[in-house]
Amino acid sequence: MPARRRPDHNPGLPLAGPRAGPGTACHRAITLRRCVSFSLYARLARYGFRKHATYVAAALAGAFTNSVFGVLRASILIALWQARPGLAGYDVTAAVTFCFVTQAFIGPMQLLGGGLTLPERIRTGDIALDLVRPAPLQLWLLAEDLGRAAYQLLVRGLPPMLAGAAVFGITTPRDPERWLGVLACVTAGVVVSFAWRYLVCLSVCWLADDRGVMVCSMLLTTLLSGMMVPLTLFPGALGELVRALPWAAMAQAPADVYLGTASAGSALAFQAAWGAALLALGALATRAVRHRVVIQGG
Amino acid sequence: MVRTYALLAWTWTRAAMAYRASFALMVVLGVFVTATDVAVILVLFSHTTALAGFTRDEVLFLYGSAGLPFALCDLLVSNVDRVSQHIRAGTLDTMLVRPVSTWIQLAADRFAPTRAGRVLQAAAVLGYALAVLDLDARRLWMLPVMLATGTVIFAAIWTLGGAAQFLLTDAPEVVNSFTYGGGQLTQYPLSVYGRDLVRGVTYVLPLAFVNWQPALYVLDRDDPFGTPGFVRFLGPVAAGVLALLAGLAWRQGIRHYRSTGS
Repeated sequence: MPARRRPDHNPGLPLAGPRAGPGTACHRAITLRRCVSFSLYARLARYGFRKHATYVAAALAGAFTNSVFGVLRASILIALWQARPGLAGYDVTAAVTFCFVTQAFIGPMQLLGGGLTLPERIRTGDIALDLVRPAPLQLWLLAEDLGRAAYQLLVRGLPPMLAGAAVFGITTPRDPERWLGVLACVTAGVVVSFAWRYLVCLSVCWLADDRGVMVCSMLLTTLLSGMMVPLTLFPGALGELVRALPWAAMAQAPADVYLGTASAGSALAFQAAWGAALLALGALATRAVRHRVVIQGG
Repeated sequence: MVRTYALLAWTWTRAAMAYRASFALMVVLGVFVTATDVAVILVLFSHTTALAGFTRDEVLFLYGSAGLPFALCDLLVSNVDRVSQHIRAGTLDTMLVRPVSTWIQLAADRFAPTRAGRVLQAAAVLGYALAVLDLDARRLWMLPVMLATGTVIFAAIWTLGGAAQFLLTDAPEVVNSFTYGGGQLTQYPLSVYGRDLVRGVTYVLPLAFVNWQPALYVLDRDDPFGTPGFVRFLGPVAAGVLALLAGLAWRQGIRHYRSTGS
């Protein structure tokens, strides 16, 4: 019984014979085919978590820096809210909380860019290997990225919140339902963030140099996610516009759910719409890349 | 020393110029990156006329007078904070055996001429603030002094950060809190921050002397925290002491460095 030839089967590997035992290509192929399911992605997420859990010191250093910047930014917001109490529907405590919540998102949402090794793999040609893996590249990386985000939410997310609570005092949602909403919105935010970063990374296939797009992406994300200043402070139509863009789904939307100034339902709908749109665009781009890699001959 | 630095920097500049479109794009983007900080200031002041007692143009003066030395140091010496990368990659060893100061080599390593855009951006903001603020001409002699002081202080902080990485090889990002954090802190009047933080950046890490204390003199304002008048002129002293400490720390770091053998 010859192994069924799959369209993405790597012709470099021999097709396995009927007596193929554990450890051979056939065994591997069968195992993998069985794994193209939820359990594969769950395992990838776990590996993503463990991969980043290796660098505890680096994550804690990042958390420290995020906390310091949180204190600096919160001080500025306090000065503003002292001049204009109740501005944008927040009181001083809400503004300070917003500041530390968004600082806590920097790690999990990778608001300063990075988190994917894709550009490096495209430049070196390793992407060819990734494209023949037994699961779609985009979902594969998404699963890993969710694991990474879970780890960074714990190690880079909690310290800034604790620092904010210790230095200024912050609010926390009272009822468990809102916590559940916050968790859902943070997860959706990570998906939107991944979908965006994936697109940015794939652009390297067409542009020889990735630094330009990376800086562009960082510029848009830091300013338009609400990390530097709440998007509710942007004036008039500009404010309306920036709150409808995908970057708002990465920090502003989940932070508003945390503060209770937006309902989890509407925030999730907004995030889901952008997540779906960006992931679909990413899937199209992946198809284009697949053809491109073949043309180049690997 | 300066000649070696210039030679190394020119080498990296030529390398960066090889891709002209990318080079131009990076210069422009660099301007935009720092311009986001100005955008934030403008957004804040679209809701208020004064932030902790300072007007928009005064804050822009503070932004420009700290941003210019910060951007200069970011261009010229910030690469010393990549010590930990060189330690891990083993490339520090090759620098140690060359007949040029290690600090010079590190500062010029991967010199990014595209960061010059940020210097121009900060200078433009400072120029705007000087034009719109009606400053007392007899107090403007302080401006070049404070820019020089700020440059020395930021360069010293980056050097201290590099020295700290001999210990913090696995957690280099801690240093960013003090280098980039210092850049962020000095963009706003220190009256925004809490009393303890301001004490810390006055008497421990003298970031207050980059622009806050001398700017109080230039703007002819009293210190909301009530420091006596002579403190406005202590900037050069503070910068000198910090530079000395940074030099000592750097030497200690280099002396105690043990190669990983890679």
